[in-house]
Amino acid sequence: MNKKQKNLLIRIIISAIFFVPLFIILEGREHGFISIDIPQWAIIIMFLVPYLLVGHDILRKAFNGIRNKQVFDENFLMTIATIGAIVLGQYGEGVAVMLLYQVGELFQSYAIGKSRKNITDLMDIRPDYANIEVDGQLEQVDPDEVEVGSIIVVKPGEKVPIDGVVVEGNSSLNTAALTGESKPREVEVDDEVLSGSVNMTGVLKIRTTTEFDESTASKIVDLVENAASRKSKSENFISKFAKYYTPIVCYAALALAIIPPIFIMVTGIGMGGYADNFALWGDWVLRACTFLVISCPCAVVISIPLSFFAGIGGASNQGVLVKGSNYLETLSQVRVVAFDKTGTITKGNFEVTAVHHSPLDDHQLLEYAALAECHSSHPISRSLREAYGKHIDQTRVTDVKEISGHGISAKVDGREVELGNEKMMDSLGIEYKPCHHVGTIIHVALDKEYCGHIVISDQLKENSKEAMAALRSVGVRKTVMLTGDARAVAEKVAADVGLTDFRAELLPADKVNCVEELLSECTGKDRLAFVGDGINDAPVLSRADIGIAMGALGSDAAIEAADIVLMDDDPLKIAKAIKISRKCLAIVKQNIGFALGVKVVCLILAALGIANMWIAIIADVGVMILAVLNAIRCLFVKKI
Amino acid sequence: MKKSYKIDVDCANCANLMEDAAKKTDGVKDCSVSFMTLKMKVEFDEGADVDSVMKNVRDNCKKVEEDCEVYI
Repeated sequence: MNKKQKNLLIRIIISAIFFVPLFIILEGREHGFISIDIPQWAIIIMFLVPYLLVGHDILRKAFNGIRNKQVFDENFLMTIATIGAIVLGQYGEGVAVMLLYQVGELFQSYAIGKSRKNITDLMDIRPDYANIEVDGQLEQVDPDEVEVGSIIVVKPGEKVPIDGVVVEGNSSLNTAALTGESKPREVEVDDEVLSGSVNMTGVLKIRTTTEFDESTASKIVDLVENAASRKSKSENFISKFAKYYTPIVCYAALALAIIPPIFIMVTGIGMGGYADNFALWGDWVLRACTFLVISCPCAVVISIPLSFFAGIGGASNQGVLVKGSNYLETLSQVRVVAFDKTGTITKGNFEVTAVHHSPLDDHQLLEYAALAECHSSHPISRSLREAYGKHIDQTRVTDVKEISGHGISAKVDGREVELGNEKMMDSLGIEYKPCHHVGTIIHVALDKEYCGHIVISDQLKENSKEAMAALRSVGVRKTVMLTGDARAVAEKVAADVGLTDFRAELLPADKVNCVEELLSECTGKDRLAFVGDGINDAPVLSRADIGIAMGALGSDAAIEAADIVLMDDDPLKIAKAIKISRKCLAIVKQNIGFALGVKVVCLILAALGIANMWIAIIADVGVMILAVLNAIRCLFVKKI
Repeated sequence: MKKSYKIDVDCANCANLMEDAAKKTDGVKDCSVSFMTLKMKVEFDEGADVDSVMKNVRDNCKKVEEDCEVYI
């Protein structure tokens, strides 16, 4: 509890000590159990002590609100309702409502503070300190103060505070906080380590490569915390709702206090139930006051952002980073998922599996290919370099030209090398031999002469097939793969993992068109998600209703471009993310329905004179408590 | 230009009121208050004097909810 909350608690306890015996004595006197003679003015003063003690800040805020032309807030409602009750001689009710309202406020503030802390603790994977060796002694310092290139020491059981490279020691790291994946990762000298992972076995010395603020863990925490500022439609709806709800209820209460008694007085219908005009007005004004007590919108207003916040927190704990509540909302409506192939459905670690029809030595052909591709970061280029396996002397390569969607041309040792797909050979007018193998076929030409082709193939991820089945089971009706690869490769992959559709031989720009085409086919509330690995597909990620980047650990570009980031590269997480969003949205809807439902029922009961103030205030606080507890359920998404 | 400020406020509806109040302040292009993280993200108009705008934002917020605080 913070200072403000403690202060309020003390005020509540003291005023309850004053109020409860007083209330019992008065009730007893009314029912004839106790007979003491207390003058009316003394009773009023005795009730005013606990009333002012517990409610003075509410009265002051209401007064200031009126002065600042912000009339309709819950302080105003409570002030009018309680003063109304007291003026009508219902001292007990008036004080009790104020007391209970404050108990509710205290509980709300405590519960929210507590859940805020739970969620942020869950999300905060940043360590508070870093160990630095000074004269052979370890010293704990603020990680903010560690400069790039410093050597930090991470002992077993500690979190890695800053990204870096291991310079001494080996150990296994638990990256669960980053990826949600519990399998430990072995690291040794020269391996890169990311902040936020937990060192499990050995002492590591790490040379930092970033500042604390730029480290992976800090970035993740920032991203998730900032997510709350991108508000969902439900949140906007509820804050708009609150804006109109309170004034409407106030006017309704005013109408309730005036219209029925005038109607009864004029027509005489139902007048029999009242002793005199004073009793008639008193009854309806009291009903109106009860109305006001119920009208506080806080339970509804708090539970929605809290649900989203808990959902985002729970998801981040599972390695699914959601960049805003609005994306969580959209994700729950996804019915069509488009995939990039490489790195998403397949592993993306291409291997050279064959070299065909080469007049040269296979290794020599690979050497030319690897050299020509030496500047490219594309997975295909990487696999060519790996197949070559020797050091690449970049000075041998000149005039590199990348022809998007076709291939690369370059000069290696002065010889003209062209390599790429069939389109590339066609455009150069070079005759080539087609390949019957399934895979990516790289045709090579030396000085415009065909020199055979290299077959590179990719493997499916273990979970791809399961992931598609999981997506179908959460109601995704269309799974489409978009790839630049040959039709034969795409067809095989699509059939193997069970995709409903695929588009092959696409240039990067075609992917955007494909997504637009798919978007135009989406009807009603159906939404389209695009899943990619964040390399080269930023335009598609942003064009789709929702862009999901996967395997993004350490890739800034992907984190930047996507709306949702899967920290590891398991495609099963896509269905999981959708399930998390559905659960969260279901809870949001439950809370809106439940809170509004109870309010409306209570308002009707109050208007009919069935619900008194006690019921009103208990309903108000009770709804808030249940809504907050329900919202917290969004946090528990581990087994979903 | 965008800047993020820490705030203190007790109820969710008050946070919404603060957001509205901040949005209406001169020099503020857009604003988003997150009750859950207790942060206010303010986007300023081109060439606005951040310090004086933020003082106005704080004053306006205090008008709608006197118990709130914006840490400038």
